[in-house]
Amino acid sequence: MPSGKSSLSVSVSASAEAVIRCEQVVREYTVGESRVAAVRGIDLAIARGEFVAITGPSGCGKSTLLHLLGAIDVPSQGRVLIEGRDTATLSDREATAFRLRRIGFVFQRFYLMPMLSAQENVELPLAEAGLPPAARRARAAELLGYVGLGDRRSHRPTQLSGGEQQRVAIARALANAPALVLADEPTGELDVATGERLLELFAQLHADGTTLVFVTHDARVADSASRVVRLLDGRVQQDSAAGMMPDTA
Amino acid sequence: MPLITGMRGTLALATLRRHPARTALAILGIAVAAALLLDMVMLATGMRESFRSLLLTRGYQLRVSPKGTLPFDSEATIDGASAIVSALRANPEILAVSPSLGTTLAMPGSALPSVFTLGLEPDVQGDYALDTGDDLPVPQQATPDDQPLPAVVNRSFLLRTGRRLGDTLTVSAGLDAQLRTAARSRRVQLRGEARFFYVPEETPVLALPLAEVRRLLGPTYRDRMSLAMAGTRRGDSAAVESVRRWIAETQPRVTAISTETAIRQVEERLSYFRQLAFVLGAISLGIGFLLVATLVTLSVNERRGEIAVLRAIGTPRTGVLQQVLLEGLGLSLCGIVGGLGLGLLTARWLNGILRDFPGLPAAFNFFVWSPQAAWQSLLLLLVSGTAAGLLPAWRAASTPIAHTLREDAIG
Repeated sequence: MPSGKSSLSVSVSASAEAVIRCEQVVREYTVGESRVAAVRGIDLAIARGEFVAITGPSGCGKSTLLHLLGAIDVPSQGRVLIEGRDTATLSDREATAFRLRRIGFVFQRFYLMPMLSAQENVELPLAEAGLPPAARRARAAELLGYVGLGDRRSHRPTQLSGGEQQRVAIARALANAPALVLADEPTGELDVATGERLLELFAQLHADGTTLVFVTHDARVADSASRVVRLLDGRVQQDSAAGMMPDTA
Repeated sequence: MPLITGMRGTLALATLRRHPARTALAILGIAVAAALLLDMVMLATGMRESFRSLLLTRGYQLRVSPKGTLPFDSEATIDGASAIVSALRANPEILAVSPSLGTTLAMPGSALPSVFTLGLEPDVQGDYALDTGDDLPVPQQATPDDQPLPAVVNRSFLLRTGRRLGDTLTVSAGLDAQLRTAARSRRVQLRGEARFFYVPEETPVLALPLAEVRRLLGPTYRDRMSLAMAGTRRGDSAAVESVRRWIAETQPRVTAISTETAIRQVEERLSYFRQLAFVLGAISLGIGFLLVATLVTLSVNERRGEIAVLRAIGTPRTGVLQQVLLEGLGLSLCGIVGGLGLGLLTARWLNGILRDFPGLPAAFNFFVWSPQAAWQSLLLLLVSGTAAGLLPAWRAASTPIAHTLREDAIG
């Protein structure tokens, strides 16, 4: 279980203001000589402090949408606005800085740097943000304490279980107190019990005011979210906040 | 910025430590390339520098030898040596003149039947440096016939004859092989042991006062010398060349050669060595480049997913570029440090082998540590190794984040 949660600053205060707004977002890829649309005109608004699960079958465009929401991809058509900024207008340098300070990523495969300790992994985005070594060490220790790994700071990823690695990845995502945490199948590589413990941590994060957007196949994960957006063939089929979308009827 | 570099340095180091055996082998490869490069630079510059320092050991920039010959290239001698030496010494541009006469003297009853002998003027001689014992007396005094002549010898002489300093022995000149008699003989006393610069280490040498050698060799050699070395007052090339021209114009029976000319002639003869060294050095540079490029490319290809994640969590392109370049730099640096030690060891070993060639002057070396050339070559390897990381670094920095993450998730 997380510890030291009450004193931790992980996100900005919750409000009804939209953190993310997608307007008729289309994302197409060129595969060979043909164009394939992974996302086909999505309209979506996510308010600050929401906990949203994006679900749907494989190939429905969940991960593509998550990449668009995280400013690591730009739409072929339409607009993605994060905190009012159109991601397509950001230069690579601006998008990188934006991701560093405003967005936290959690990946299915954890993607920790294997030769760095848990502490050093969490320090990575802090170093990029320019924190001095002493400050980033303190912040990383605080975050690892928050995710329940205060006593595993010097362990390398290979010395940690899957659940522990994902906790380190969450601590890394929270490092710069982002406005938004995006997670791609965060429990996908974990057993049921570990996955449930991780969901408790996400619930705690949400309770602490973090805006969370998950992409998941897992019904348990979707159930833990306050809002579920179901995609099908690159379109929003159902949004629990709005009911059935008209174009999927 | 240093904070980020510190973390990137940590990441680069961690990446290199990820596959220790592979990294160690690459470093070893670079070390071998660096050692080869260093050795080739030491060889290419070493012979020249060694020859130069050999010629300038005592500061004499000019060699005066019999017309049309190189110093000690033949047994020819210069007659009328006193007049030539006096004329040279009279020139205010010339600081010192050291005449010498080389010959072979017999040593009846000795384990060594004959010895190469140098007749020298002790106060101006530039042929040896005394290690132990007493030098030839200065000023030169004629030694009475019943007294042994003072002599300085080298280590090889002592070893081959089994003599020690203080011993006396007989040297003879004008030996008649049929009658087994010598025209002239003298007792000599071994006073000092010295290193002779221009004589091979293994060759026994005996140095005696020039006047005594002339007397031993008889009336024909009364006023002869094999060579004279001259030092100019001003050491610059123009001054040396000016004196050389003056000697050529005023002394028609001799050839004067300057150190620079001698070095040029030697360089021409040794150009094959230099070309070989250049080619091998260039190859080793290429090998170092390819080793770093291969390893870094391999490493980047293996970590495309991780790099995409680094970019996703906020590492800028320049950060990825910097990190991968640091890997190449780290590899090159470790290899160069190892190569420096390895290169010096192999140079010493190879120098020992090459110096065993008969006929080489004792002070001559093939591999000479020339700091500037050595550091320049190793710096070149460092730059080359770092540059080798540029292409993979650029590819890593240009990793399309979303595409790579999608591929990695599928793969």
